Amino acid sequence: MTVTAKDTGKDTSKDTSVEQAVDQVTLTIDGIEVSVPKGTLVIRAAERLGIAIPRFCDHPLLDPVGACRQCMVEVPDMGNGRGMPKPQASCTLEAMPGMKINTQLTSPVAEKAQAGMLELLLINHPLDCPICDKGGECPLQNQTMSNGYGESRYGGVKRTFPKPVPISAQVLLDRERCVLCARCTRFSEQISGDPFIALVERGALQQVGVYAEHPYDSYFSGNVIQICPVGALTSADYRFQARPFDLVSTTTSCEHCASGCQLRTDHRHYQVKRRLAGADPEVNEEWNCDIGRFAFVYGRLHDRVTMPLLREDGVLRPASWPEAIDAVVVGLKAAGSQVGVLTGGRLTVEAAYAYQRFARTVLGTNNIDFRARVASAEEEQFLASTVAGVALDRSVTYADLDRAGKVVLVGLEPEEESPIIFLRLRKAVRKRKLPVVAVAPLLSNGNAKLSATLVQTAPAGEADALAALPDVDAGTVVLLGERLAGVPGALSAAVALADRTGARLAWVPRRAGEVGAIEAGCLPTLLPGGRLVADGAARVDAGSTWGVSSLSAEPGLDVNGMLGAASDETLKALVVSGAEIGDFADPVSARDAFEHVGFLVSIENRLSDIAARANVVLPAALLEEQTGTFLDWEHRPRRVDRVNKELRSPMTDIRILAALSDALGSDLGFRNAVQAAAELAELSGWDGNRAEVPAFAASDDTITPDGLRLATWRQLIDDSRHNDGADELMETAPAPVARFSTATAARAGITEGEPVTVGTDRGQLTYLAVLDDTVVDGVVWVPSRAPGQNVAETLGARAGDPVTAKEGFAS
Amino acid sequence: MGLFDQWAGFGVTFMTMFRPTFTQGYPEGWGNKKKAKEKVTAPRFHGRHQLNRWPDGLEKCVGCELCAWACPADAIYVEGSDNSEDQRFSPGERYGSTYQINYLRCIFCGLCIEACPTRALTMTNEFKLADYSRAKLIFTKEDLLAPLLPGMEQPPHPRRLGDDEEEYFRGLPATGQSDLRTWTNQKEATS
Repeated sequence: MTVTAKDTGKDTSKDTSVEQAVDQVTLTIDGIEVSVPKGTLVIRAAERLGIAIPRFCDHPLLDPVGACRQCMVEVPDMGNGRGMPKPQASCTLEAMPGMKINTQLTSPVAEKAQAGMLELLLINHPLDCPICDKGGECPLQNQTMSNGYGESRYGGVKRTFPKPVPISAQVLLDRERCVLCARCTRFSEQISGDPFIALVERGALQQVGVYAEHPYDSYFSGNVIQICPVGALTSADYRFQARPFDLVSTTTSCEHCASGCQLRTDHRHYQVKRRLAGADPEVNEEWNCDIGRFAFVYGRLHDRVTMPLLREDGVLRPASWPEAIDAVVVGLKAAGSQVGVLTGGRLTVEAAYAYQRFARTVLGTNNIDFRARVASAEEEQFLASTVAGVALDRSVTYADLDRAGKVVLVGLEPEEESPIIFLRLRKAVRKRKLPVVAVAPLLSNGNAKLSATLVQTAPAGEADALAALPDVDAGTVVLLGERLAGVPGALSAAVALADRTGARLAWVPRRAGEVGAIEAGCLPTLLPGGRLVADGAARVDAGSTWGVSSLSAEPGLDVNGMLGAASDETLKALVVSGAEIGDFADPVSARDAFEHVGFLVSIENRLSDIAARANVVLPAALLEEQTGTFLDWEHRPRRVDRVNKELRSPMTDIRILAALSDALGSDLGFRNAVQAAAELAELSGWDGNRAEVPAFAASDDTITPDGLRLATWRQLIDDSRHNDGADELMETAPAPVARFSTATAARAGITEGEPVTVGTDRGQLTYLAVLDDTVVDGVVWVPSRAPGQNVAETLGARAGDPVTAKEGFAS
Repeated sequence: MGLFDQWAGFGVTFMTMFRPTFTQGYPEGWGNKKKAKEKVTAPRFHGRHQLNRWPDGLEKCVGCELCAWACPADAIYVEGSDNSEDQRFSPGERYGSTYQINYLRCIFCGLCIEACPTRALTMTNEFKLADYSRAKLIFTKEDLLAPLLPGMEQPPHPRRLGDDEEEYFRGLPATGQSDLRTWTNQKEATS
């Protein structure tokens, strides 16, 4: 075991069961004996006894630094019979056998040292508490009250700095308040790997500084606000919004990606004011990304739907619920079983299960798909065979990433597409030099921070690269991104690789609800829990739970099939929930399908492109207004708790579907998330037939020497609708750049830093050219959805398609 | 029972008509003119609150909510906001954008004014707080702000007493000396 106990406080408690008796150290703190694993810091050993030593710089997930000198203790015996002449910082002192420690509880020396430290820290600390956002939840305030002197002896003039200084659009720095604990700089260097902030200057003028030419645009910058033990780093978004005692906190889960972060959501008067990272050592530890922290205002914008809307004479008008439900019933009855259900990928497991059951038992069709994105039959087979019906104990977890001998990333940019996986990998890379291999067309900034070895692969060439990948063994974990759906043969090659070498596979989608939707059976060939529609026994099993005599064995249409059938009007009705036209593989043909379908029901929070074309729009509750569960990429249940109890739209997806089922003369079987979860639990643990693993051939389309191919993926902060309203967050979005290798750029006559227009016969988009020699020759990389620039829509191209590039703006 | 007994009671009424009255008009008016004066409270009487201003008219309230925190009756509601250079209500970074005191709840204990770190909130001697509806007894910031005295200007406006915070506050008081008094040295000085 290479992870030693001194890494984190959490590891300490987790590792003891393994390391018991091997490396235990017994020491005495305040006259009480305690045994801790070797390498434990004294401050942690004291925590085990319930003794809180005041501290600022110490953080269990950051390397010890001993910067603030607050955690002074008296050491009468170092374990070798000799004492320390002066008080020592307990956060940098390792426990030794026979050591004696006296904390402030028993030692006047330690108490005086701590009080003196606080007095010194407060000399230059402004009396800003009434106007400081940290006031009321401030470790400096609290520890001054518990361990400090009542009064300052300092009568001079305090050092002042101009304030506040924005170090990024989201983070404001107040240098007067800083106690120089270096938590923020250590976080950005050790955890996120974006060392754009550092301590500069000396003495009383020492301060946190930011590079003049780079703002602190890290995807994880919000964490430094949370770990700052004083109010030196505050959030621009939360600035002066509330006081800690105004806020009601709810522990919930993040709805944005499949990483599954636990969140603490704070609301004041039923309006969410801020979101903080929850502490879940098994998943997100104590971190989250800026999307999860700042993108939460999308539900309170002007386009929120609060009443059902009904199309009358071509215009949507507000309607009552009974009227809207009657209209849906008429439309769906007319369509019969020529109806499809698209659920998007953002629903809770319970809601996805409700849609699935609505489609199969109420509408009597297998036309259901959650994939509002690039999707393929190969992917569906892969999901059915490899992802569906896998319980947490058999799937790859974050702990497996910590233990893996090697991690291979295929079609996945962890920093952009699953940030907590990135943080976990970075931790393993940093602590134990985990080898990371990226099968990608270029070494992205995120993968560079993972010291990843790049297996240069032209877009759409992942299948061949996987087949030829060297040094893969049973200790290897292969992480597959959802983008591989667009690469014929890639998922088959990954399965074959795992089969051949014993490597473990994990599929990492981008959206929070995708794994849950697979488990709930939101695929045309898949029933809940990995049962196959084609399997008679599985249909009988599911049918008996649902109390229906028979389920349709006819294979349904997947998302591409449904959109195609809607375009040529063989599909008469579509029920769509939480999907965006811009997300589909080809937004133009998707728009055409939604225009042509005879009857379109949109169950939405907000008006969208699809809602604007719908015959009936039914308003669904926001995620913060309902309970449920997400499954993260590991298949770990992530609880979603109701934050906002003042509902603007009292109908959750499940209640809407139950009401529609009643009106259609059928029964959904449940009316809330708890009942839905109970029914889904009955369907878990299927041990019957599973889908065959996919064995699709790779396309033999090779790159031509002069042609230019497109490489693209989505970035963390981009044109998603869930970022709407989070203006500060969007200001930190990466600039839209096109990346070329020097050779490719020279051939195409492109200069670094100049605008470059990437085009197809459908359209053109302009980016800033960046030369990057890790890019495969003959390839241009652009972000898929930079703000206002949708590659799939404007260019009609996906990864691997030929494009042209020329210097200058679009003509 | 005699014939006039039932009229005897009216005799009392009749006699009273010629005695001096005890009732008084309020605040002034009919009845005993001598007594018809407004009640003068003790100088430190806990009356209606007031939100004070700096000498240039900017608000002293920073929206810190300490008054709301201290209030045992939960009568105060405050929201803070950010001052900007073109919309400045208080000299510092933060001002109270919403300020409400619910006088149906307020028990006039004065803990809020003790909690106030900027002396923005004080109490006046005003005690006539009766009205016809509950809504009218929730006093908002407009009701509570102190009137503009000569030389004051209705915010928002730039700082008139100094260009930055330091100059603004160090100019107050005009002695130019920092206020070094603490509770201990005052006690020593007086004993």
